[in-house]
Amino acid sequence: MSATTLTRRPRGRLGDRLLHAYTWLIIVWLSSPIAVMILFGFNDKKSKSNTSWQGFTLRWYQQLFDISDLTTALKNSLTVAVASTLITVVIGTMLGLALGRHRFRGRGVTNFLVFAAISTPELVMGASLLSLFVSANLPRDALTIIIAHVLFSLSFVTVTVRARVITLDPSLEEAARDLGATAWGTFRQVTLPAVLPGVLSGGMLAFALSIDDYVVTSFVNGSTVTFPLWIIGSVKTGIPPQVNVMGTLIFGIGVLIAVANAVAARRRRT
Amino acid sequence: MKRLTPYLLALPSWMWLAVFLVVPLAAMASVSLQTGNAIDGFAMTFSFSNYADALGRYSTQLVRSLWYGGLATVAMLVIGYPVAYWIAFKGGSRKSVYLFLLLLPFFVSFVLRTISWGFLLADDGVLFGTLKGWGLLPADFHVLATTVAVVGGLTYNFLPFMILPIYVALERVDPRVVEAAYDLYASRTAAFRRVVLPLSLPGVFAGVLMTFVPATADPVNAQVLGGTGNTMIGNIIQTEYLTNLNYPTASALSFTLMAVLLIGIFIYARALGTENVLEAAAR
Repeated sequence: MSATTLTRRPRGRLGDRLLHAYTWLIIVWLSSPIAVMILFGFNDKKSKSNTSWQGFTLRWYQQLFDISDLTTALKNSLTVAVASTLITVVIGTMLGLALGRHRFRGRGVTNFLVFAAISTPELVMGASLLSLFVSANLPRDALTIIIAHVLFSLSFVTVTVRARVITLDPSLEEAARDLGATAWGTFRQVTLPAVLPGVLSGGMLAFALSIDDYVVTSFVNGSTVTFPLWIIGSVKTGIPPQVNVMGTLIFGIGVLIAVANAVAARRRRT
Repeated sequence: MKRLTPYLLALPSWMWLAVFLVVPLAAMASVSLQTGNAIDGFAMTFSFSNYADALGRYSTQLVRSLWYGGLATVAMLVIGYPVAYWIAFKGGSRKSVYLFLLLLPFFVSFVLRTISWGFLLADDGVLFGTLKGWGLLPADFHVLATTVAVVGGLTYNFLPFMILPIYVALERVDPRVVEAAYDLYASRTAAFRRVVLPLSLPGVFAGVLMTFVPATADPVNAQVLGGTGNTMIGNIIQTEYLTNLNYPTASALSFTLMAVLLIGIFIYARALGTENVLEAAAR
């Protein structure tokens, strides 16, 4: 029997090994700009441009907040990300619950709108928001950035929470009600803990999308500058190493949170 | 009360989506038909000629964007499919590790990632500078400010969005179905072509959607990597809106871009016939 198996599938091994190597090649390719970014945050550069390696230094970590415009931009990004994530998580979770748990009029339209918000190109979203703000004579500042960020993250939180709600066994909630829990008590003690992983991952996604966004923000920012906008603005004059350091720190924190999250999820399962 | 619950839950999001998604699109449609200037204000004149003007001036960039977006999407599909395939079928217990490694770049801001990529490709940078130093490349060799740089940047930036949905589709393929194909004396090629590939098509469909639209509309890669000769429609829309304050032209261009993309998606969806794009895209 093993002989026939062998003759039927003879060419597996080499192809698999090649594909394995190829997968690593792609991973290295995708990570190489990140490695360069981290490395050049330690570059002891003397000239104006930060393009060639000139020795190791921790100077840029010590002088991290020396460029006040850049620091302000980072602060703006964090403020916008926190505010928009909080709003998105609350209203997106509510919509996710409604779509995952209830049948109601307008459900189809709502699903369509959620899909439309995901699939509208960022450029069109930013441009149309600017058209609205210009038409309504609304000044552009941090508030309009938050409005825009909630808009593009909303669907992602909704979809994540909805996916979680759908897998939830409705009889759990019924059992809670049968045992005399109020509607609010059932929600707080049964529904919410069960959907919480979905809410958290949706929230993290919203935060990541917000802190990363350049295209939409570039339309609605007015004179408020966020971290990505500041970076783009300084491309021509040369990116200071502090940007590399901030990028490295954001990268490190993000990876730590993701790994901790994965470990926690694994522990919950076992 | 119970019957009202879903409406109350949905209300805030409805308002947000209505006021900041639907109304702005209507506002943009209206602005695209107005005439005037930033100082005296704009007035509705139903000038459909705005569209003709905008297209007349910028059709090169629009066509170029679709071309670059299409090229990058094909490149992502060709590069990404084998990766998704290997992780799904041979990744074993370390599947999630590989996926995590593929997603690592997303922990760095899109803009910064693109700049770092340009930095790697710089004429005298770490890569080409070294190779030129060794005499392996001619001194005038360059990649920045070429089509290759922009399409490569788009491919680099959106590749994981192609790999993930294909991976999800392949991961759900029951290995026993593939076994059955072998038991029926299918060759590896035939088993792949007749069994695995068709089952992965929903993932390919979602991957193409998730990459083609943002790649075509992206202004960052062309700005950072493309120099002056590779301007895409995204750059034009940004300049018209933000520098020239020419809102009607910019709106007309945005609307045209959206319409072209929507029509493209529609034809594509009809041709491939996937029922639930959102479900596939969301997973």
